[in-house]
Amino acid sequence: MRTNTIAPPSDDKRWRIVQATMRRHGFAPDALIEALHSAQEAFGYLDDDALRYVGKSLHLPLSRVYGVATFYNLFTLKPQGEHTCVVCMGTACYIKGGPDVLKAIEDAAGVRKGETTPDKKVSLLVARCLGACALAPAVVFDGEMDGQLAPGQAASRIKEWMGDGN
Amino acid sequence: MAIDTVGALPDENGKQRLIVLEHAGKIDPEDIEAYMAVGGYATCSDVLQSMTPAEVIEQIRNSGLRGRGGAGYPVGLKWSTVAKAHGSQKYIVCNGDEGDPGAFMDRSIMEADPHRVLEGMMIAAYAVGASRGYLYVRAEYPLAIKRLKHAIKQAEKHGLLGINISGTPFSLSLQVRLGAGAFVCGEETALLASIEGRRGQPRPRPPYPAESGLWGCPTLINNVETYANIVPILREGAEWFASIGTERSKGTKVFALSGRIARTGMIEVPMGTTLREIIYDIGGGIPDGRTFKAVQTGGPSGGCIPAAHIDTPVDYESLKQVGSMMGSGGMIVMDDSSCMVDVAKYFLEFCMTESCGKCVPCRVGTAQMYGLLEKISEGRASLDDLALLEDLCDMVANTSLCGLGQAAPNPVISTLRYFRDEYMAHIVDKTCPAHVCPVSRKEAVR
Ligand SMILES: Cc1cc2nc3c(=O)[nH]c(=O)nc-3n(C[C@H](O)[C@H](O)[C@H](O)COP(=O)(O)O)c2cc1C
Ligand code: SF4
Ligand code: FES
Repeated sequence: MRTNTIAPPSDDKRWRIVQATMRRHGFAPDALIEALHSAQEAFGYLDDDALRYVGKSLHLPLSRVYGVATFYNLFTLKPQGEHTCVVCMGTACYIKGGPDVLKAIEDAAGVRKGETTPDKKVSLLVARCLGACALAPAVVFDGEMDGQLAPGQAASRIKEWMGDGN
Repeated sequence: MAIDTVGALPDENGKQRLIVLEHAGKIDPEDIEAYMAVGGYATCSDVLQSMTPAEVIEQIRNSGLRGRGGAGYPVGLKWSTVAKAHGSQKYIVCNGDEGDPGAFMDRSIMEADPHRVLEGMMIAAYAVGASRGYLYVRAEYPLAIKRLKHAIKQAEKHGLLGINISGTPFSLSLQVRLGAGAFVCGEETALLASIEGRRGQPRPRPPYPAESGLWGCPTLINNVETYANIVPILREGAEWFASIGTERSKGTKVFALSGRIARTGMIEVPMGTTLREIIYDIGGGIPDGRTFKAVQTGGPSGGCIPAAHIDTPVDYESLKQVGSMMGSGGMIVMDDSSCMVDVAKYFLEFCMTESCGKCVPCRVGTAQMYGLLEKISEGRASLDDLALLEDLCDMVANTSLCGLGQAAPNPVISTLRYFRDEYMAHIVDKTCPAHVCPVSRKEAVR
């Protein structure tokens, strides 16, 4: 086990969570994905500071850290909006009208999947099966699963977030 | 706490048989005592006290159990390969990546009966001589992750995991590892790379993980449902298990029923049950007065089975024969409102996006195939494009490195086999009979 801990980029307390995760895994190289998860959970996304800090702590080159962070779909290098909306595009949801729900949400937010509104209010993501196929079509609004949605219902949730739907 | 997990759909006409799901929805998954009250960990304890690893493997082999993660590889054979492999350190891995969109069986098992999976892994570890193990679970399943971690802690407290378990020389430590949203990580060599903290890209086999897996050590990797079958086999005996199912597919299979069907949810049926029994007797048939068109099994690697084959029994060989596969157990029912060209395009888009990019046939081939399907769906394709698509199916299937690329053409091949007339309608008549594709939307606008 390696013990020489690297100082975090700032005195933000959230780095301690990341450090604790890496310590639990003995600062071994295989802690990389767990460490990135922990950093993203704490900060919402992975910035250069986070990638460098994790790399140094685990004695991995930045190229390796960057390679892993960009390979996996769940890691994001850009800050997310205040609210996130995840639309399921798994097969069951696709068959039951997922594409129409996505279209309605895209129109309501004025951005496409994978994008964040210019006012940083809403990030729109798509997922491949949320494991709630019985509720198809499923959408997660800020971590809360909602199922069997009509396109109009989904759009009005977004409009509420955007601040013009009453 | 309340038991918030779901069990199998109600069994109104005795078509189901609950073995894997025997406790699902009936016991509190966060309480090890509840699991023990229904006989949990007694089997593992008996095995450790009174059976040799070779005897355990013999039982599993005699039961005829085959891997539930998709390919159906005989479990006893894999275990004996790992047991025989040389190496002082061996690992055991549970594949809980469940990447097929439209499948939620493994998630339900992990959430509803996590100790059952752990107990199966303990027995497996004892049989192959592994002392460390990982459960690789997709990060999209936070509840399953939480419950497994909690279950591991409880088992450690009860002395069921750790050093010298139940006073025997056997030791085992288990850890949960999270995926990060890459479908290809369900493939075993990619999964192992991911556990090691690397990009999840497959590597050529051999060597198989059984000989050279995690950090070059012999590694046993099985699916969640496979492990969940171990306890009943050793509790009730291999003969009992082998008496259920068909000649070559033993036991039961859990399926996730979804799509255009009256009752959606999980079911568990003996192997050999027909698709008709599943869709009509258990699933309640097609709602809204529509007609059954096809059922998709096997996810992006599988195929669409049309109404003409609805009496096909579900077992590994029969499903393959009709151009699909068992896969992990997703079963998506489609009615006449689905367009088969659109469905094929949907799966191809999936494989194209999820291709890890390591080999050219898959990386470039799936993109080219997707382009052709897009052309067809927009009414811009010719018959030459169709011929090109069929050539590409062949090329991508035969030259890709891993199962993702090798199976990516399957949804196209199976829809072409059964619904060629729909492709022709798009290409020749420039219409989409189900009014789904852009070609007929344009018509409607005009
Ligand atoms: C692209 C791809 C994705 C896969 N995804 C999964 C999966 O999500 N879950 C799973 O158990 N097996 C998956 N597999 C199969 C595994 O590689 C492996 O065969 C399986 O985990 C072995 O366990 P079993 O013998 O118990 O089925 C996948 C294979 C491929 C090629
Ligand atoms: S077939 Fe596709 S997913 Fe598999 S190794 Fe090649 S590029 Fe990667
Ligand atoms: S396909 Fe949407 S939850 Fe499974």
